[in-house]
Amino acid sequence: MKRVALYAAALGFMVFAGFPFYWMLVTTFKQNRDLYVGASDVSHIPWIFNDPPTLDHVRLLFGETEFPRWVLNTLIVVVAVVVITVAVAVPAGYSLARLAGRWGERMGMGIFFTYLIPPTLLFVPFSRLVALLGLHNSLGALILIYPTMTIPFCTWLVMGFLRSVPWEIEEQAMIDGYSRLAVILRVAPRLIVPGILTVVVFTFTLVMQEFVYALTFISSVEKMTISLGVPIALVRGDVYHWGSLMAAALFTSIPLAIVYNLFIDRFIQGFTMGAVKG
Amino acid sequence: MAGVEIRNLKKYFGDLHAVDGVDLSIREGEFLVLLGSSGSGKTTLLRMIAGLEHPTSGEIYIGGVRVDGDVPPRARGIAMVFQSYALYPHRTVFKNIAFPLEASRVPRQQIEAKVRWAAEMFSISRYLDRYPRQLSGGERQRVALCRALVRDPKVFLLDEPLANLDAKLRNTARDDLKRFQRQIGTTTVYVTHDQIEAMGLGDRIVVMEHGKVRQMGTPQDVYEDPVDTFVATFVGQPPMNLLDLGDPSLPPRTLLGFRPEHFLPRSTFAAGEDVRAFRFSVRRVEYLGSDRYVYGAVAESATPDATVIAKLPGTIAQAIPEGETQEFAVPRAALRYFDADTGLRRRS
Repeated sequence: MKRVALYAAALGFMVFAGFPFYWMLVTTFKQNRDLYVGASDVSHIPWIFNDPPTLDHVRLLFGETEFPRWVLNTLIVVVAVVVITVAVAVPAGYSLARLAGRWGERMGMGIFFTYLIPPTLLFVPFSRLVALLGLHNSLGALILIYPTMTIPFCTWLVMGFLRSVPWEIEEQAMIDGYSRLAVILRVAPRLIVPGILTVVVFTFTLVMQEFVYALTFISSVEKMTISLGVPIALVRGDVYHWGSLMAAALFTSIPLAIVYNLFIDRFIQGFTMGAVKG
Repeated sequence: MAGVEIRNLKKYFGDLHAVDGVDLSIREGEFLVLLGSSGSGKTTLLRMIAGLEHPTSGEIYIGGVRVDGDVPPRARGIAMVFQSYALYPHRTVFKNIAFPLEASRVPRQQIEAKVRWAAEMFSISRYLDRYPRQLSGGERQRVALCRALVRDPKVFLLDEPLANLDAKLRNTARDDLKRFQRQIGTTTVYVTHDQIEAMGLGDRIVVMEHGKVRQMGTPQDVYEDPVDTFVATFVGQPPMNLLDLGDPSLPPRTLLGFRPEHFLPRSTFAAGEDVRAFRFSVRRVEYLGSDRYVYGAVAESATPDATVIAKLPGTIAQAIPEGETQEFAVPRAALRYFDADTGLRRRS
């Protein structure tokens, strides 16, 4: 009986979580008539194909917009920002957590607070900076600006993660024959892999969905990222190309969902288990 | 092999005096136990010997060489076992034990031979290919000891290595540890808050409190001749009874101390024996198999409510009814006197 309730609850959550994906899927392949007739005809059933599926919306997305170009741009920005964030936030978090003593904690909080400043307050000074550096309307602007959001948060994230990794393992390595530097370079990275992966996932997600800065700094269609290009090109005045919008969302989110579920979980499991008691 | 010499060592964390002027001389090959409650500074002291903590002031010598300054942990010739064992989670048992050897660039064949020898010594050869997460607590503890052993250290530093084992395992692990230390004869500093471990393992015990050494001596010294009321009540289970009798034959403000196992029914002593008798009103009797603990109060005490405990060995069959007052006695030789104000022992 308890099992049944459990499965029922799990099923409920699954439907709740999976429904947006299903909706994206059917909308992508529905004919326009099937999509819009519901507005005037209440007997119309919206969650099934009433007319045969069509590839028209996908063709519009790939043929008449710069979608493949935006995917590439997004990937360039994402990879660059992830590399910068990991390169800065991981050593910063490590130093603050392990080497800076009691002040590290306070500085970590201070750094975290800068993350709480809303972007709308910052894009005036940022746009001057971007203009000064000649980066206006280029991906370089985004690669410069995004780390200002990701680094503070990820530094704090790494600090928090390190609190769960016993310092004793690194101390043990220092006793076993490594210098502090060698410990940082050769022992610690292995221990904080799950933390680094969390940083990667967070940065990835944040950059993928960022809109405000992209809108401010990018004006040419061929320089846009997915999150900017898709709404700009597919929402024309008050006309929403729902089919193509959903197609863009679908083709962006499905690969990500697969990557997250298959790899990340497996990476994180079992890395720190058994190091200390328990 | 080498001894360890500590002179006027201090470690302050802000206002907290974690270690407050400790002098210790640890002999070569000795098994020395640092005993204290949590916060007594014993672990900080050990970490300073290891080089994981910088002393505020004072000197540390290992094998006659001064190491407090800038000698890093790896160059001090020490091996340490942490309470959590600190095994490398992503390395197999073999790789864990081999780690210190790899770090000092020992040739591969030698590493192999040495790891197998050490694993044999602690009977963990079967587990060499496993990961720490696949081992039980006792096995992990032995892996950690193995890893310490292969370094051929001058000094072993052990930080409560048995604290995470269950009570049954702890007894055998204690025995293994002591035999192993005797066999290799390496100077060992062992930190614990468990006085039974301290008594059982230590050649000498250092009792610490608030960053200071209260007493240093053999287990017998510490147990039989505590220097003050702190040591008297900290070492021994149940603790030493302390009574303020207001006895005019003693100097004013004197506490009388005696161990529960010396406080027995008057009838168990011969008539002519030199004992001090008390009227003991029994409140409760605890039957523990090999012993009986008798809780009650002594009428002669200036504070008649203070609980006094008697520990009767199983060989005394005499019935002790609860709620009655009985004649108990302590041999005069077993009485200890302390100053009620300072807590210090009075030797008269």
